[in-house]
Amino acid sequence: MTLVAEEVRIDVPVSGAPRRGVVSRAVGRLGNGFVQVLLAVVAVFWLVPVFGLLIASLRDEAANTSSGWWTVFTKPAELTLDNYAELVANQAVWQSFLNTFYIAVPATALVVVMASLASYALSWIDFPGRETLTVVVVGLLVMPIQVALIPVAKLFGAFGLFGTITGVVLFHVAFGLPFAIFLLRNFFTGIPRDLIEAARMDGATEWVIFKRVVLPVAKPAIASLTIFQFLWVWNDLLVALVFADQDSAPITVALRAQLRQFGTNIDMLSTGAFLSMIVPLAVFLLFQKYFVQGVLAGSTK
Amino acid sequence: MAEVVLTGLGKAYGDGTRAVTDLNLDIRDGEFLVLVGPSGCGKTTALRMIAGLEQITEGTIRIGEQVVNDVPSRDRDVAMVFQSYALYPHLNVYDNIAFGLTLRKLAKSEIDHRVREVAEVLELTEHLDRKPRNLSGGQRQRVAMGRAIVRAPQAFLMDEPLSNLDAKLRVQMRAQIARIQREIGVTTVYVTHDQTEAMTLGDRVAVMRRGVLQQVGPPQELYDRPVNLFVAGFIGSPGMNLVSARLEENDGRFWVSLNSDALLLPESVLRQRPALRQYVGRDVVVGIRPEDMEDTALADAREGEILHSVADLVEAMGSDVLVHFPVDVPPVVTDDTRELAQDAGTDDLPKTSKGTVLVGRFSPRTRIYEGQPVAAWVDTSRLHFFDPATGSSIWK
Repeated sequence: MTLVAEEVRIDVPVSGAPRRGVVSRAVGRLGNGFVQVLLAVVAVFWLVPVFGLLIASLRDEAANTSSGWWTVFTKPAELTLDNYAELVANQAVWQSFLNTFYIAVPATALVVVMASLASYALSWIDFPGRETLTVVVVGLLVMPIQVALIPVAKLFGAFGLFGTITGVVLFHVAFGLPFAIFLLRNFFTGIPRDLIEAARMDGATEWVIFKRVVLPVAKPAIASLTIFQFLWVWNDLLVALVFADQDSAPITVALRAQLRQFGTNIDMLSTGAFLSMIVPLAVFLLFQKYFVQGVLAGSTK
Repeated sequence: MAEVVLTGLGKAYGDGTRAVTDLNLDIRDGEFLVLVGPSGCGKTTALRMIAGLEQITEGTIRIGEQVVNDVPSRDRDVAMVFQSYALYPHLNVYDNIAFGLTLRKLAKSEIDHRVREVAEVLELTEHLDRKPRNLSGGQRQRVAMGRAIVRAPQAFLMDEPLSNLDAKLRVQMRAQIARIQREIGVTTVYVTHDQTEAMTLGDRVAVMRRGVLQQVGPPQELYDRPVNLFVAGFIGSPGMNLVSARLEENDGRFWVSLNSDALLLPESVLRQRPALRQYVGRDVVVGIRPEDMEDTALADAREGEILHSVADLVEAMGSDVLVHFPVDVPPVVTDDTRELAQDAGTDDLPKTSKGTVLVGRFSPRTRIYEGQPVAAWVDTSRLHFFDPATGSSIWK
């Protein structure tokens, strides 16, 4: 019997991992290194312009027009916070900053609430025409917003919404929903059917299932949707340019208004751009903790 | 607690496929009924219809006094244990078990009392604060059980609750489920494809095939008196040996001819199965359970009770020895046997040219080795007979 045991021990690999040949291991290691180099290159391509923008926001107008931002490496004394002081003192910029909040927060909240309700119904409630409705809603993804600008502007005019924050919000909500529903429905349908049915057997109504099972489980998807939607609305220029007036203009429009001919006031633009980046960055950092892998782990099997 | 009565229950899908046809089952209050059959036999669909998770095409389901055809799952007061456990991943063990109770708006103290009591029974007390992902498979299974038990429902529905556990744990949990069910006496419908589970757990076992109930009865009855080839082959492990043989009468005695050997039918068999006389001179399907064979050297064998062959394979199981040996008769191939082979995953194995291979379960004291002659004693009083055309058991 000992003999048999010996043989078995020899045959079973010590670790659970499949054995790999020398060649495949070498390729794997090479591949890993290659991926890291590629990531570094991509990161540099992304960071250099942003870094340039940051430096530009910290140099005065004369310096920015006479030499490139990289001269800061030889003349660090050029750096100044004057641009930020000037911008913060500008009442119009502050108002537009607030407007951006008034637009982005409801436009994000409405989309997240409506899309999660709709996605639950489209994933887990049986009703006639469900598939068709899903296809129609998701099909709206291919609709470019540019074709809708003029008809919707006319509509808003008729309802007195043109030039108001409400109008801008409504437009963002309408065009944000197809993607939001697409994203959330994909996630919701991925929730194990057993989990929904277990709640049903436990005595939960659809609303309770949605609130107490689906929403907590879908946190990562909802967090990503919140970030995406918020960023899009925050960074939007086109919709605001069309539908907002002077009083309801968000920061993107206000910054654009600062543009002189040929866009030569890079000092003010870069400063504004950096200020407006702070909020999305904060939102991202706030929600990123929900991107925890494997929220469903342990539920089934 | 309540009885569950299925009357003429049927399920057809939109594309015309039928999952369940005319299912009639009267599950008594407190009974443990096991629905068993190969995959796709409709057992899970039947269970899901009782749960209210599947629309009923025809027939009625009654739980207690109430016909529940149009009652939503949440109002049926039945609890289900899923194959995948389906624990709420964001809730800890305590909240998973308490979920159904909180929805019923019970007092906090009452919920706490019941959850802790159930946790005690299932030995989950020390894990109450843990999330499902930090539990082992067996612990998750127990939480799923706890979630059902704590509600004290009219009936338990269990959909292959042990199939994700490894073999040893499965045997342990099987015993625990049986014990708990007996203690609290809740009517239980249990679905499995594992006939061992079915036999050990069920007060009664219902064998299904292609949506049709084949036979329902206590485990021993299914084993001793299967109504057809399908039930005969499905119940028992290793499965019943099935061979084509000719029934012959000689000097007033009845013989089962297996070409080289013949088995003498005792009077008792003919008394039990009077209809056998009509098959004289014709082919019948003979069933021999492996347990009903023994090494002749260890048995008190008489003439007409012995099959001679050469051992193909000898499997020592410790408690007994499985001896495989061919006999010179064509194997039985019917719809039933094909489906059984498919279910066992042996349908694509190469067929031997040596006729039909029988398996005998011999005492471990046997001295038969591979390649050596076998003389197998057959308990002829326990032979089974089936009509080759219909597959039905031959009785009256």
